[in-house]
Amino acid sequence: MVTIIDYGASNIKSVIKAFEHLGVDVLVTNELDLLKKAEILVCPGQGAFNQAIVALKEKGIDGLIKNHIKEGRPFIGICLGFQILFESSDENGHHEGLGVFPGHIRRFKLDDPKLKVPHMGWNLIEPTNADDCYFKNLPNNYVYFVHSYALFDLDKSLNGTKTMYGREFISSISRDNVLATQFHPEKSGESGLMILKNFLDKNGESYANTY
Amino acid sequence: MLTKRIIPCLDVADGRVVKGTNFVNLVDAGDPVELALRYDKEGADELVFLDITASSDKRAILIEFVKKTAEVLFIPFTVGGGINDSETIRDLLLAGADKVSINTAAVRNPALIREASVQFGSQCIVVAVDARRIRENSVSEYSFDYDVSPVSIDNESVWEVYTHGGRKPTGIDAVKWAKFMNECGAGEILLTSMDCDGTKDGYDISLTKKVSDSVTIPVIASGGAGTLEHISDVLDCCDAALLASLLHYRLTTVGDIKNHCQSKSVRVRL
Repeated sequence: MVTIIDYGASNIKSVIKAFEHLGVDVLVTNELDLLKKAEILVCPGQGAFNQAIVALKEKGIDGLIKNHIKEGRPFIGICLGFQILFESSDENGHHEGLGVFPGHIRRFKLDDPKLKVPHMGWNLIEPTNADDCYFKNLPNNYVYFVHSYALFDLDKSLNGTKTMYGREFISSISRDNVLATQFHPEKSGESGLMILKNFLDKNGESYANTY
Repeated sequence: MLTKRIIPCLDVADGRVVKGTNFVNLVDAGDPVELALRYDKEGADELVFLDITASSDKRAILIEFVKKTAEVLFIPFTVGGGINDSETIRDLLLAGADKVSINTAAVRNPALIREASVQFGSQCIVVAVDARRIRENSVSEYSFDYDVSPVSIDNESVWEVYTHGGRKPTGIDAVKWAKFMNECGAGEILLTSMDCDGTKDGYDISLTKKVSDSVTIPVIASGGAGTLEHISDVLDCCDAALLASLLHYRLTTVGDIKNHCQSKSVRVRL
């Protein structure tokens, strides 16, 4: 069972459909009691950084996410659900994030005027660790991005993927049972589905059965 | 690096894909979901569905169709056609659409773009611009309830914005309009050259380049593709190419287009 946090982010339908397509049950909720019991917790997200943080704090979900990750339980963050895990973001002023991992989210500043912001479309991911199980067996390394802000430095404690857009940025991070992606695996065709499947294979059934 | 996108566009009426010329002689061309999956398999980077349903329960049919599509399609898709308020946008996004494309409603009420881009995020608001080279006898019958003068046609204007599927001239300069929509919060411009649309003589490169250079958001070129060369040419100056008849009549495939682009050093997802 995958539990998706519903904190008002508009389009979570495709995240739900992607997991259902992979054959797992999906629960969508904003109730703390249900979120606390989550086997695999998924934080999707689109929209503005601070709005998301405020919405999560209002419901007390910020602390729950931190605990869930601290306890080593499986967690997936997508797009804004990736960005909020870090210390801060410069989107619409300076705002604090959940600070689960070290790092700051900054706007793309590109020297080449031909490069548009948002960074929108299909781009390549390059795993920092060739053995990272979350990025095994992909038909290709292209995934779908839509974002104007990004993480540019990867803390030594983390693995992940790097992507080039005018300059190099961190397109995902992974550590043990945590995978958080700036890109949208649910919109990245077969490659995206494979990344989610890899996560479920590592953290899914075995974890579910012992719960 | 970011790749250039190849985007098949499907006309949908009453939940079916239709083919036709200029909205007449429509022929049923199949189940949109099946076609969408075929284009996905061929390597399409996104899809656009243009709803041309005329019936009164249009909205319900469209929502149902979007839901069905979202169940099985795991690449981004955009829905357009007669969208004119925030509720419809919300309903379409909740049904599973990734983006909505807005044309006439943006010209009538630019505030809709401002509001929708704040409410739902710029990334899902595509503004469709239908542009045609200014004709001397073009008379705009539009009356605006906002100050349209900053975007009006002047002596240097080359292209005019049309609405209502290309039937109504607006007196608005297409390049200024694209820039203005960018400022209002649009996430992308879907730019159709009405002069080139249906000709198969190639995209309007000068229009596409001018608009693309004037905005900071991605531009999708549409109208005029007849050969693979046309597609790789236009992708030199914009971010994505929209394809309709070339693909629907199986004159080429997404795979052929991408292989050609690759051979011309245009980066695509292969």
